[in-house]
Amino acid sequence: MSTRAPFRRRRAAVAAAALAATLVAASCGGDDSADEGPADGAAPDGPSGEVVVVAHDSFDLDDDMRAAFEEETGLTVTVQQGGDAVSVVNQAILTAGDPLGDVLFGLDDATLSRALDADLFVPHEAERLDEVDPALVLDDEHRVTPIDHGAVCVNYDAEWFASEGLEPPADLAALADPAYADMLVVQNPASSSPGLAFLTASVAEFGEDGWLDYWQGLEDNGVDVAADWSDAYYTRFSGGAGEGDRPLVVSYGSSPPAEVLGLDPLPEEAPTGVVESTCVRQIEFAGVLAGAENPEGAALLIDFLLSDRFQESIPLTYFVHPVIEGTELPEVFERFAVDPDDPYQLEPEVVADNRDRWIDEWTDAVLR
Amino acid sequence: MGPVGAAVLSLPPLVFLAVFFAVPVGAILLTGLRPDGSWALGALVEVLGDGALRGVVWFTLWQAVLSTVLTLAVGVPVAYALTRFDFPGRRVVHAALLVPFVLPTVVVAVAFIVTLGSGLRGTLVAILVAHVFFNVAVVVRVVGGLLEKLDPRMEDAAATLGAGRWRTALHVVLPLARPAIVSAAGVVFLFTFTSFGVVLLLGGPEHATLEVEIHRQTTQLLDLPVAAALSLLQLAIVAGLLAVGTGRQQALAVAQPIAGDAASVRRPRGVGERSFLAAALALAGALVGVPLALLVLRSFRAPDGGLGLQWYRALVDPEASVLGRPALDAVRHSLEFAVAATVVAVVVGLAAAVVVTRGPRRWARALDVVLLLPLGVSAVTVGFGFLISLDDPPLDLRGSWWLIPMAQALVAVPFVVRVLVPVLSSIDDRVREAAAVLGASPARVWREVDLPLVGRAVGVAAGFAFAVSLGEFGATVFIARAETVTVPVAILRLLGRPGPSNFGQAMALSTILMVMTTVSLLVISRLRPGGTR
Repeated sequence: MSTRAPFRRRRAAVAAAALAATLVAASCGGDDSADEGPADGAAPDGPSGEVVVVAHDSFDLDDDMRAAFEEETGLTVTVQQGGDAVSVVNQAILTAGDPLGDVLFGLDDATLSRALDADLFVPHEAERLDEVDPALVLDDEHRVTPIDHGAVCVNYDAEWFASEGLEPPADLAALADPAYADMLVVQNPASSSPGLAFLTASVAEFGEDGWLDYWQGLEDNGVDVAADWSDAYYTRFSGGAGEGDRPLVVSYGSSPPAEVLGLDPLPEEAPTGVVESTCVRQIEFAGVLAGAENPEGAALLIDFLLSDRFQESIPLTYFVHPVIEGTELPEVFERFAVDPDDPYQLEPEVVADNRDRWIDEWTDAVLR
Repeated sequence: MGPVGAAVLSLPPLVFLAVFFAVPVGAILLTGLRPDGSWALGALVEVLGDGALRGVVWFTLWQAVLSTVLTLAVGVPVAYALTRFDFPGRRVVHAALLVPFVLPTVVVAVAFIVTLGSGLRGTLVAILVAHVFFNVAVVVRVVGGLLEKLDPRMEDAAATLGAGRWRTALHVVLPLARPAIVSAAGVVFLFTFTSFGVVLLLGGPEHATLEVEIHRQTTQLLDLPVAAALSLLQLAIVAGLLAVGTGRQQALAVAQPIAGDAASVRRPRGVGERSFLAAALALAGALVGVPLALLVLRSFRAPDGGLGLQWYRALVDPEASVLGRPALDAVRHSLEFAVAATVVAVVVGLAAAVVVTRGPRRWARALDVVLLLPLGVSAVTVGFGFLISLDDPPLDLRGSWWLIPMAQALVAVPFVVRVLVPVLSSIDDRVREAAAVLGASPARVWREVDLPLVGRAVGVAAGFAFAVSLGEFGATVFIARAETVTVPVAILRLLGRPGPSNFGQAMALSTILMVMTTVSLLVISRLRPGGTR
């Protein structure tokens, strides 16, 4: 083996490395192939060029939607995805002032308040805001606009309950009843948005003094905790497409339509049902990011998300409900989805102020 | 190699690591440690003094050690069987063993639940089995890469002297393969030490590792001071263990005559050899084959219980699919990213491996450890680091197409290095010296002596890098774009929606991903210089 490099040479190597790094990076900058849209950092002023939507990884606009938007506005859309809904909001907070895009899509009741406190948005009053169900408009300053809403509810395996001759549980309290022992799957609220929504439902029902006792009851009754929705629904739940062995799961009021989608003719009953009294409301919002390169384009995109074309596509693309009142629903949704009349709903501020503490207390009670 | 040569060859790996690893990770750690521009180390003290954390660290460590030992126990015999005995479909088995690498953990969780039922879920056994499932290919590739280079005359000589197959394997082959075994063990340990999806989905919420905790603190709570403290702790443990490990590895390297042509692969003879081969294949088949086969079966299962192609049809039917874009686009994007990442990883990794094996000793050891660090750092730390550090010229890469293959290459480079280093360090220096005495320049020695010998190993490394790139979705999850959605992300999106159609399409797409991976690996193994085996 040869001797050690003299010190000076090593310094030179480090300097050269730094220089090369700069060159490499510079040469990678605008190397996008033609079909990837323009390189970033090249967004021109005014409503032309591209709008970058920052969203969780479930959000996308298909080619027809993009074409429609481009025809209307002359703008192309890029969707920058950043993991799950909470993660995306946290990334936006981390990059506040130098945002990753122009529009943020996918805030929900649980993350809304933190995002507003971090001054992430500039106000934009959407064109069709007056046609949106007023119960869903949570910010008077219109920094965020509701786009879709759903309900997180306990779903049950209807076929299993029928074959056992057992009635599905009637409400939250029933889930702690020994008659339903070892049947329920929930998501960990620390890592799952429906999991957190269900936790808030229990707080809304049993209050700050009673919700932990309730969970203790669920724990004694053999509740199973999954990491996220897919894990709960597909690998632990027995109903519908689930591969697991538990007949009760925390899912959405709009999950049953998906179980019969594409069947011809539609059956009388879906294989899964919803316990309506357990539902908690979840609204998804979008907002124009402060410091956006293309704020006008961002505003146009939010208007587009409230257009009939997009609103009508929501049920069968995202399996949630549109927010514009009177939007026509597909038959399968009309028949099998549950849009609860009186869902649990906590104030976003209350959720924001207490979320971390609730999760910690929940973790101590249920997992330890 | 002289210091100048070492410095020049070190440039590509150092530049690459600086831009895509050191800068982003440094940025996110600093954000946590200096939240308001001044050092705030309170969180560090608090985290390190936390009693609950000790339990997490301890569990993280010992499950990784146990997983590594088990993976070696399965992987080494399989590697031996695949490099010594010929049987129909040998190359397909070799390629298919890498398939677990590209599957999203949730798909693997489905496969395991279908295979084993839900009884094992949430137990340590489930975590260990899944870790072996994912990592056995690492051992097969790294150890196999060296085994197939061993000069067959060594084993022939032992046989001539009266040693049977078993004795030869234990006393000749195993000692010679030791550097590769240690090398593979290092990677498997890092992989299982920073395991995220497996622990979360199969271990359940009561099995927390450092990685899971870092992920939660960063993505869910945005508590960067705590995340930084945890990351530093993880980094310190990993760096310490690596420094010890690479020292061991260099001490173990045995110069040996390496064959230009490969060790002899032949049909097994006799009952002993046949049953050994059968047992090794059965082991690999049970662990990797059965869960994958069940996934494939699921992709053809119609709602009425029959078999059919309806989910494949649904995938390409824009009306039936929630993907919003043709599934084949995702296949194309995945391949484009993986090819770009593989080229980068092989160039960077080859340069690094040469320095590690030929450069000045201290420099080599330091580089060896530094190159492995990306495997020991949480993907979320890297991903979030990209977002806050690569946003200003000259490093304005947020939203650039290149960021994704670079993030994938970051994970793939260590694998390339692990495959190449044992092979490179086993080349007998005397061959080189002889060439030099006869007047060959160092460059010519490399071209005429080293290159033919490592050609096949480069092929193995490239295949490895390709599979790792296809399957990387730690850091890429945070920088993905809907327009260039990759197959694993598309599968996750389908599994994020309810219903048999989405589930069936996810299984169909998983099957396409498996086939695409296996075929790509077979093609790569044909491309490698000097080898069509």
